[in-house]
Amino acid sequence: MTVSNPGVSAPLERALPGRPASASRPGTRAEPARKSMRERDRSGYLFVAPFAVATGLFLVVPTLYGLWMSFTNQSLTGTGSEFIGFANYVEAFSDPQVWQTLWHTVWFTILSTIPLVFVALVMALLVHTGLPGQWVWRMSFFAPYLLTSAVVWHLSNWMFQPDIGLLDTWMTGLGLQPLGWLTDENVAMFSIAGVTVWWTVGFNFLLYLAALQGIPAQQYEAATIDGAGGWRRLFSITLPQLRTITGVIVVLQLLASLKVFDQIYMLTAGGPNGSTRPILEYIYDTGFTNYRLGYASAISYVFFALILVFTLVRLLPARKEA
Amino acid sequence: MAVADIAEVRRTKALQERAENRTLTRLTIGPSPWARAGALAALAVLAGIWLVPLVWGAVTSFKHEAEAALPASLLPTMGWTLDAYQKVLGSSDLLLWMWNSLVVAVLVTVITVLISAMAAFAFSQTLFRGRAVMQWLTLAAIMMPGQILIVPLFREMQVLGLVDTFAGIVLPQVVAPVMVFILKRFFDAIPRELLDAARIDGAGSWRLFWTIVLPLSRSILVAVAIFVFIGAWNNFLWPFIVTTDPQFMTLPVGLSTVKDAYGVQYAQNMASAMIAALPLLILFMLFQRRIVQGVATTGMGGQ
Repeated sequence: MTVSNPGVSAPLERALPGRPASASRPGTRAEPARKSMRERDRSGYLFVAPFAVATGLFLVVPTLYGLWMSFTNQSLTGTGSEFIGFANYVEAFSDPQVWQTLWHTVWFTILSTIPLVFVALVMALLVHTGLPGQWVWRMSFFAPYLLTSAVVWHLSNWMFQPDIGLLDTWMTGLGLQPLGWLTDENVAMFSIAGVTVWWTVGFNFLLYLAALQGIPAQQYEAATIDGAGGWRRLFSITLPQLRTITGVIVVLQLLASLKVFDQIYMLTAGGPNGSTRPILEYIYDTGFTNYRLGYASAISYVFFALILVFTLVRLLPARKEA
Repeated sequence: MAVADIAEVRRTKALQERAENRTLTRLTIGPSPWARAGALAALAVLAGIWLVPLVWGAVTSFKHEAEAALPASLLPTMGWTLDAYQKVLGSSDLLLWMWNSLVVAVLVTVITVLISAMAAFAFSQTLFRGRAVMQWLTLAAIMMPGQILIVPLFREMQVLGLVDTFAGIVLPQVVAPVMVFILKRFFDAIPRELLDAARIDGAGSWRLFWTIVLPLSRSILVAVAIFVFIGAWNNFLWPFIVTTDPQFMTLPVGLSTVKDAYGVQYAQNMASAMIAALPLLILFMLFQRRIVQGVATTGMGGQ
């Protein structure tokens, strides 16, 4: 990553003036002595133990247990846990609900990710101009991110109310037809994506802002002296330096959007007519409403395969760097 | 006198900041007043759109119920009232849910930060057999989204008897492999000479960890803690699945069960939403700088 992460190393450098953070990397003269000191220290076991136990109990065990479950016909009521081979997976691949909810998930991801990255970028660029009111801008853009999904649901559900809601009031005020924000199959997913952009864009905005603050001022100075105007500086200096962070934000956003559940569950419960139900809700319904734990686990793993693709994309550049 | 000093420092800082911002304006959009006005207008429009739902909800929460359901007019015409707040606080479990959320979020934050920092210290500053394998497993654990584990995890909680308990809500949330790597990267940058000197003086690992590593890492620990706290306070899916008893519901879960069961009560709904939103918003206003920095630092996760 070309954009350095000032938050991580700066405080330490402040704490230890005159000592660059990388002074003690392997290869310096202190190496042999240091290694022997560390080699004598076997207490690492004890330090890693609590984290290892927690990870084992609440991540490794359920991962393996879920995998096993996906090959059984286990139900929430406790009946039946025979091994049935790949039957659940065969069923999942021929279940139209799986494909439909998977598509809804991907559709939501597309609809939300594009504005979530673009609007965040515009916000960050505007705030980074240093214009007066910094505190107000940051507060307004980031505040919704601090709301829990249930609050977002209350606020937006009320704005979406037919006839008396704020949005319909505005629509009729402008002489337009009121929209079925959450009740029209062709509109509901857009409404949900809009709410999501309002709710979470502040996070990406902060990531962009941090990256912008890492661009050295000298580059702008030099460009100004060379006679580059504001737009020119934006397109020749600012945007090219945001390429890496944009990649990071896009992948993080894709991963977050794919896991959508809260706002859809509360706003439409997957409706109208199942047109917004994401795969996570289908997993929830299958497991906890229809009690089919085995089948729900199988769908979970199908979904996991999709997420894994994006995760690997995310990790690859990190490994190249290391 | 000390107070005067602090005020003086604040003033100097504010002046400095204003100067920096002016420089930034000159460097980014240049001297044209039109460009500045345009950027300001764009900012105002965006901020306006982003604030409308919050302001609107806040105003409605102070309206009489009869008026809240009428087609929207911004300011109350029947006068301001605290009715909705009184009703909500008097008749719902809102305060209980808030208390539950606080307990859960604090426990999750303390445990997560502690065990993640310990593991990061082990990976960064000690050698033990299997360290490489453990690190690989931790890296792999980052790839496992908790959401797909809800079904087996719930079953496991049933077996352990942890459904409808705080332990059942908290414990699955304390596994944060990303945080381990963020902290490890920070610990790696602590000069070895410092730690070796302490070791020569006879300090054990435990003392090294508490008296040198943790104090030097205050800023990153705060950043991680803020991030974990916001996440735990707002987490919906897992608490929703593992609690059925209203006694143990956290704020997001409890609030999601408040449907308009007794006809539409928008003023009360908005009052609940405002009460629920307030703690983190106040926290943000108090610690804006730290939160902004913390989210930016940890947000990029394992990148």
